[in-house]
Amino acid sequence: MLVLAVDTATPAVTAGVVELAPDSPPRLLAKRVTLNAKAHGELLTPHITDSLAEAGRTFADLDAIVVGAGPGPFTGLRVGLATAAALGQALNRPVYPVATTDAIAKDAASGHPLLVATDARRREVYWAAYDAAGRRTDGPHVERPQDLAGKLPALGVHQATGEGAEIYAEVLGLELLEAKHPSPEGLVAAAAAEVLAKARPAALTPLYLRRPDAVEPTGRKRVTRA
Amino acid sequence: MSDRLILGIESSCDETGFGIVRLGPDGSLELLADEVASSVEEHARFGGVVPEVASRAHLEALVPTMRRALDTAKVELSDIHSIAVTAGPGLAGALLVGVSAAKAYAAALGKPLYGVNHLAGHVAADTLQHGPLPQRCLALLVSGGHSQLLLVEGGLANSITEIGSTVDDAAGEAYDKVARLLDLPYPGGPPIDKLAKTGNGCAIAFPRGLTGPRDAKYDFSFSGLKTSVARWVERAERAGEEIPLADVAASFQEAVADVLTAKAIRAAKDLDVGTLVISGGVAANSRLSGLAAERCAEAGIELRVPRPRLCTDNGAMIAALGAHLVAAGAKPSSMDISTNPGLPVGTVQIF
Ligand SMILES: [Zn+2]
Repeated sequence: MLVLAVDTATPAVTAGVVELAPDSPPRLLAKRVTLNAKAHGELLTPHITDSLAEAGRTFADLDAIVVGAGPGPFTGLRVGLATAAALGQALNRPVYPVATTDAIAKDAASGHPLLVATDARRREVYWAAYDAAGRRTDGPHVERPQDLAGKLPALGVHQATGEGAEIYAEVLGLELLEAKHPSPEGLVAAAAAEVLAKARPAALTPLYLRRPDAVEPTGRKRVTRA
Repeated sequence: MSDRLILGIESSCDETGFGIVRLGPDGSLELLADEVASSVEEHARFGGVVPEVASRAHLEALVPTMRRALDTAKVELSDIHSIAVTAGPGLAGALLVGVSAAKAYAAALGKPLYGVNHLAGHVAADTLQHGPLPQRCLALLVSGGHSQLLLVEGGLANSITEIGSTVDDAAGEAYDKVARLLDLPYPGGPPIDKLAKTGNGCAIAFPRGLTGPRDAKYDFSFSGLKTSVARWVERAERAGEEIPLADVAASFQEAVADVLTAKAIRAAKDLDVGTLVISGGVAANSRLSGLAAERCAEAGIELRVPRPRLCTDNGAMIAALGAHLVAAGAKPSSMDISTNPGLPVGTVQIF
C-alpha cells in the first residue's frame, strides 16, 4: 500500500511517501523534511507534492494518509491535520491520526522502556512512556520537566528521546537516544496495523493537552436593567 | 468558454465559510452554495473572539462544511475549476487552517489556488447580488474587525485603495463594548439595534469622532464614543437616575451611523464617485442602512448593500473575488504562500 505521512507537531515540517506491506517494516520512497517551526503553513503542501514527484507517484496512487495528531504547539499542529483532512476528503482516502510521540518511539525502537519528550515551549514538555515492546504505557501529557523527573523511577524508563528530552537532558538524567522528530516511516509504523486492516480511522482530533488561553472578563461595569 | 466553478474558503475570524460560485462565459456570477459554521457562541462568554478557540473550531468544521457546500451546489470536488482562500487580513492561527486546507484541496485536485484579501472579498460579495461594479465605486466596510473606506477602480482585480480607516476600535467592536455596558449579549450589534428602535436617537448628544475641521477627513474613531457612553451611564448611576437604556442605545447607534455615512458621502462627493457599497457585519444595522439610503438619495449617489447573509464573513464572498480574478486572467498563487494577518487592502491577491 502507498501511504502519505505528514507531521507538523514539532519544529520539523515532515512529509514522506511510504510503501507499506504486511510483515515488513514500512519502506520510505521519498521524503521532504525542513526544520522551521514557523514555516509549517508554507512548506507542508510543497513538501508533499515534491515527495510524490520524487517517488514517481501521484495523489491518485495513494491508498491512505497518516498524520501526526500531536501533542504539539497549537498553530503548527493544525497545519498537518487541516492538510491531511482536506487531502483525505479530496482523494476520498482514509486519514489515520497517530500520536506524534508514538511515531518517535517507533523511530527509536530501542527494545527497552523509553520516554519520548518533545518541546512544549513555556518550559514544559509533552511526554509519553513506552514499554520494551514499544507499547505506550503512559501519556501523552504536558508537564514541567522537573515534575516529570520525579515520576521517572515509577515509569521505569532509563532511555529518552525527542527534542524535549534533549533540551532537558540534565533535569531528566536519562540516556539520550537520537530520534528528535517523527520520520515518515515512524508515522506509518505507528498506524500500520490499522492501515493494513483498512480499519475505520479515528476522528482527526488534535492532542492539544492544553486549554486555550482565554479569560472571562471580570468586574464588568454593568447597568441595572430598568 | 464554458462555466467555471469557483470554490471560496474563508477562515479569518470566527466563521468557517465554504462558498461555490458559477462564473459564466460572460463574466456573470451565480451563487450555488454558501455554507458557514460559526463559533460565535463559544466566544460569547469571553465578550470577544478568542483566537485559539476560533482556530480549533475551524479545524473541526472544515470537512463537514465543505461537504455541505458541495451537496447544496449539487457538484463534486472534481467539478471545481479554481480555489480561492482568504490569506489575510485576520487572525493568524485561524487563517492558517483555511489556507492549509485550501492548498491541500488544490494540490490533490490539481486546481489553481488563489490566496486573496478578505476585505476585497467583502466588496466582491455585493456583485453576487447586484451584478458587476461600476468602473469606480466607494466601499464602506464595517464589522467587528474592520472599519474602512475603500476606493475601487477598474474592478476588484485591478485597484483597491484605502482612503480611510479607523484609528482605534472597529465599529462592531464599539457595539460589543457598549452592549456589555448595557448588559446586552455578545455580539452587540443586533441587540443594540433592536433596543435602539424603541429609543430616541437624539436624546443624548454623544460625540462624533474625528469630525473637527482639522481631523482626518475619511478616518474613523470609535473609542472616544464608547468612553463617552460609559461616562454618561456612570454619571446617571451616581445621580441615582434610572438609565434610559433604549435612548442610550439609540443615541450611540445614531452617532455611529451619522459619522460613517457622513464620511462616506463626503468622500464620494470629493472623489466624484457615484456608487457606494456598504458591506461587513455592521452593514445589516438598520439605522446605518436607513441613514445611508436617505443621505445617498439626497446626494444622488447609488447605494448598494448586499443582503445581511452576504455582508457577514462567508466563503461565497471569497469565491466571488476568486471568480473576478479568474475572469480577469489573474495568475494563480504559488503553493508556498504565507498567510498575512495584516495584509493591506491594496494587495488583492498574494502570489
Ligand atoms: Zn470580515
